Amino acid sequence: MQNGFEHIQSAHCENGVVVMLLKSNGIDFINEPLAFGIGSGLFYCHIPFLKLNNAPAISFRTMPGRIFKQSCKYLNIEFDSKRFRSETKAKECLDSLLENNINVGCQVGVFNLSYLPVEYRFHFNAHNIVIYGKENGNYKISDTIMEAPTELSATELMKCRYAKGIYAPKGHLYYVKNAGFVDDTLIKKAIIKGINRNVRDMLHIPGNFGGVRGIKYTGKKIRKWRDDLGIRKAGKYLGHIVRMQEEIGTGGGGFRFLYAAFLQQSAEIFNNTVLSDVSDEFTKAGDMWRSSAVKMAGVFKGRTTEQHHFNEISDLLFEIYEVEKSAFKKLSKLNLKA
Amino acid sequence: MKRQELPQDSSALNNITRELHYVKDEDGKYRTGLSTGWEIKSSALDNAWEEVNDHIKEAERLVKSGDKSPIYVLMFINRMDLSILSSYTGYWKLCIKQHFKPSVFAKLSDKKLKKYADAFNMGVEELKNYKA
Repeated sequence: MQNGFEHIQSAHCENGVVVMLLKSNGIDFINEPLAFGIGSGLFYCHIPFLKLNNAPAISFRTMPGRIFKQSCKYLNIEFDSKRFRSETKAKECLDSLLENNINVGCQVGVFNLSYLPVEYRFHFNAHNIVIYGKENGNYKISDTIMEAPTELSATELMKCRYAKGIYAPKGHLYYVKNAGFVDDTLIKKAIIKGINRNVRDMLHIPGNFGGVRGIKYTGKKIRKWRDDLGIRKAGKYLGHIVRMQEEIGTGGGGFRFLYAAFLQQSAEIFNNTVLSDVSDEFTKAGDMWRSSAVKMAGVFKGRTTEQHHFNEISDLLFEIYEVEKSAFKKLSKLNLKA
Repeated sequence: MKRQELPQDSSALNNITRELHYVKDEDGKYRTGLSTGWEIKSSALDNAWEEVNDHIKEAERLVKSGDKSPIYVLMFINRMDLSILSSYTGYWKLCIKQHFKPSVFAKLSDKKLKKYADAFNMGVEELKNYKA
């Protein structure tokens, strides 16, 4: 609610929005790792043939919007999510929600987000913010990746809500309508569902480019990039992977530390040592992703550009594939009871 | 990643915000930590900008030499490509390619130019008189 609104910083924007919206509806236990885990946020995919901004289409996380929808669903929270063809309607709806003291989650493009440094303002449309009030025609914004809340003018906000291109937000907004009572059993059930769904996404998705097999797919590709693309372009591609994996909004290590933190919390909730062992494996995976980023940087900085350097990166990705595969297999055999 | 390993390098976000990370403290428990930046990812961002700036430079040359209209360089300055510009203006990609020709650009009506001006956050007159 607007009164007593508290800004909470998070590593990933959508998790942060989930935490803020749920907390303002009285669900106090929620924190970022739990939201990420219950929403089955971890993922990997490398879509073949598709290029985004002249770089390979790689993602370390699930579809935008999924974490909010799934967390609400598994915790029996009623929510509403709307897109608008008309900009006027989009504004009216937002204003009337704010008048009723409802905090609103909003999908925006970052290109016109004036409070971000220009270096970060590319056409990326899957960013999420919380709007928690309106004063003198300006909107009060809590962008959860930032340390402090901020503001946007009505015109600026409209531009961001109607950014164009891939994942165009089309005025997308969402909010909690009714949060019921969430007890310990429900939390446990939600965690189990979240883990199972994540296991399904990472191990059983068809094809060789989604889930853990996608990591192997990228590894195989990287081996050929030096010959197929030349050092310069291969460097650009690797730089793109590093950004997807380490930039602000990922918590570093391609979201793996965030997932490890979720499993560690779950281990305490269920008093289960296997969960804390698997948490350690994801920490290991995160650390390996970080060292792969260092190796990739060697290529695009022009320091280590021989074929054997590409092979090293590729081998490291194969190792990460093995670590994550065995971790998810352990999770699939857990048989947790709420 | 351990808390003491969390990098504190300089980055484009300095003076704007620090980033939140999940790091392990001495007893192996995950906590949050703030980072000012990591040199590895800053250089990846620089690398992406290098590409943008290369495109802009080449486009500026082509606009100056009269081979392309200002729309061409403004597209790169605004970090767009044909498909993004097409979705902002509502013109087909083929159509935009025509508008890249200075002779076609000179004959465009203000109404048509306005679509580009809006996409580039500028006025129609500014667009007409744009010098690369």
